[in-house]
Amino acid sequence: MAKNNCRLQVHCEDGVLEATLGGELDHHGAVAVRTLIDAEICRLKPHKTVLDLAALDFMDSSGLGLIMGRYALMQKNGGELCVRDPNERIVKIFRLAGLERMVKVEYGGKEKEK
Amino acid sequence: MKPKGSKNSFTAEVINEMSLKLPSLSVNEGMARAAVAAFCAQLDPEATELADIKCAVSEAVTNCIVHGYRNTIGIIYITVKLCREGIVRIDIRDKGCGIEDVKQARQPLYTTDAENERSGMGFTVMESFCDKVRVYSACGRGTTVTLFKRLRGR
Repeated sequence: MAKNNCRLQVHCEDGVLEATLGGELDHHGAVAVRTLIDAEICRLKPHKTVLDLAALDFMDSSGLGLIMGRYALMQKNGGELCVRDPNERIVKIFRLAGLERMVKVEYGGKEKEK
Repeated sequence: MKPKGSKNSFTAEVINEMSLKLPSLSVNEGMARAAVAAFCAQLDPEATELADIKCAVSEAVTNCIVHGYRNTIGIIYITVKLCREGIVRIDIRDKGCGIEDVKQARQPLYTTDAENERSGMGFTVMESFCDKVRVYSACGRGTTVTLFKRLRGR
């Protein structure tokens, strides 16, 4: 399997699953990220999933697909999805798809790690 | 004297150009956008302009991989022309299956690959981040996407 430019760390506490993404999220990286996050959602059944994008430097429309897909999965399980600390570039892409009207975006949820 | 009609037509004298040929492996998406951005950097663009180019190239290259060469591996041809007046022209071409209805493909949220979570926003991103996007496609022959961007931060 070729190297993934997208880093992912998953952590679950009190029914809240936090997926911290870093680096570059494109079509190539999205596949592995999706598989891992979905496995954790199915295993841990969190009532809330947070995608922390603070350390994500690049994202294209593949990231939109990833976020919308996780949103649909959480909805199906009766939970919620939230996106944390996307940078300006990423918010610009969210707006094109009207994503911020669908998915909750929060800022300053926790200290940023780079 | 500036060439006639150059303000809107995106035709200006080419000062430098490069071409790149890559197999349609998804691992090359990052390489393609980084290489194009590195080449464009010599026109001294603003950070946001470079980020726009990277994202638009990523979309076009992903389209070649996901749609043009779906279920097969083919060659993606990229050429970048840096022109006078800060104009960048990027051609991204595949010899894949082609697009039946280009107008429909360019609609926001339209996708033929929803099961793989394609958002259908690729062309919308290209159009938003570039000044002009041209698409030529022929069924069974392939697709050429041309991105034009005028760098203003100079």
